[in-house]
Amino acid sequence: MTSVEGLLGCEQDSQRTLSPYVTGTSVIGIKYKDGILMTADMGGSYGSTLRYKSVERMKSIGKHSLLGASGEISDFQEILRYLDELIKYDNMWDDGNSFGPKEIHNYLTRIMYNRRNKFDPLWNSLVLGGVKNGQKYLGTVSMIGVHFEDNHVATGFGNHLARPILRDEWKEDLSYEEAVKLLEKCMRVLLYRDRSAINKLQVAKITEEGVTISQPYSLKTFWGFNAFQNPSKGAEGTW
Amino acid sequence: MASIGTGYDLSVTTFSPDGRVFQIEYASKAVDNSGTVIGIKCKDGIVMGVEKLIASKMMLPGSNRRIHAVDRHSGMAVAGLAADGRQIVARTKSEATNYERTYGEPIPVKELADRVASYVHLCTLYWWLRPFGCGVILGGYDRDGPQLYMVEPSGVSYRYFGAAIGKGRQAAKTEIEKLNLSEMTCRQGVVEVAKIIYGVHDEAKDKAFELEMSWVCDESNRLHQKVPDELLEGAKAAAKAALEEMDAD
Repeated sequence: MTSVEGLLGCEQDSQRTLSPYVTGTSVIGIKYKDGILMTADMGGSYGSTLRYKSVERMKSIGKHSLLGASGEISDFQEILRYLDELIKYDNMWDDGNSFGPKEIHNYLTRIMYNRRNKFDPLWNSLVLGGVKNGQKYLGTVSMIGVHFEDNHVATGFGNHLARPILRDEWKEDLSYEEAVKLLEKCMRVLLYRDRSAINKLQVAKITEEGVTISQPYSLKTFWGFNAFQNPSKGAEGTW
Repeated sequence: MASIGTGYDLSVTTFSPDGRVFQIEYASKAVDNSGTVIGIKCKDGIVMGVEKLIASKMMLPGSNRRIHAVDRHSGMAVAGLAADGRQIVARTKSEATNYERTYGEPIPVKELADRVASYVHLCTLYWWLRPFGCGVILGGYDRDGPQLYMVEPSGVSYRYFGAAIGKGRQAAKTEIEKLNLSEMTCRQGVVEVAKIIYGVHDEAKDKAFELEMSWVCDESNRLHQKVPDELLEGAKAAAKAALEEMDAD
């Protein structure tokens, strides 16, 4: 090796994720009357190329939790493997106890923060929702381990485009229909303005009864706005 | 024992002149003094039962489990030294997890039994190790259907239709042989196993015991689980009734 080794060793034999490859975009989660609703589209981008179109980015974890991820898809799959093992060992006690969303969320924060401290982060933003003992839970973790709980959370572009809407329109006792409508409103905005978003999405629900993840579906869109058809008009200096 | 005073019984690395390793035989003695453990293979799964002798009346019911889950689809019942058993259980769990991490599918029961047997056998090969003072019955369900294995302190493992170890193994085996295992469902098997355990328990000589049972069958979605409480209670009642009927005769 001729090059001077840097603080982290040489890059040639680096085993770290230096940048993500296949990524998913925003996830949005909100509390509603009976539990938690979460939505994400099914795109998997290879850089800026929309390479995969049916990636499931929301999975149920154990009995009481639902996990959604944006960012590196392979890292998400790795996280699912960790959780699967965790749940397996928990179940093997066969003592009637099981992890709730709070425990899973905390476990995820530990994994994410630990990996960031190894300078080898899992390149994801995660949303964790769940219901246990009538208690709703919704939280998020970033790739560097920042975590918090809230009544509505979003990752990536969703933080910029969806959360302002949610701050205006979210309320404590949204019905299922209202909540889905609100999520679709957010997803429609993201679809228009986030170039990585695709028009194929799923809505996942978790209540005391368990998890249901919808079949993929599309939103109605309207591209006939004048500003869309003539984008350079009124924008001085552009061509 | 004939070997006492003649030597050759202090080390697992030395054979006696007639080709035996006495330490392993002593380890088997530890198993033979334990509460009876049995496992049967029914047409739709595996049932395992343990006569768990209670050391003290002050212990909470359900403590010191003798049946452990070692993977989603398999479980292990331990006879002999419980602490040695936990060591084997821990190793079995890690073998199962390791396999799944590598190959992305649950470990076949045969493979798991082989790996456990290798581990147990390993402890009979070095002078600084002591053989395990326990025998285990491993039951699981994979794509080849339900399977039952027994691993002994020597490290041998065989596949069985029905297996028994511990104090009452002889009597238990003769009882198992009378069962029509290929026609029996696990739900029926649970009752039979309970009857056998209650039957081989020597009330006069032994301490009180607790019946611990688990199954892996279609009814449990091919997962290893404790037998549901109502079913276990029903089986216990049936076993006690059968005993009384025998005493009346």
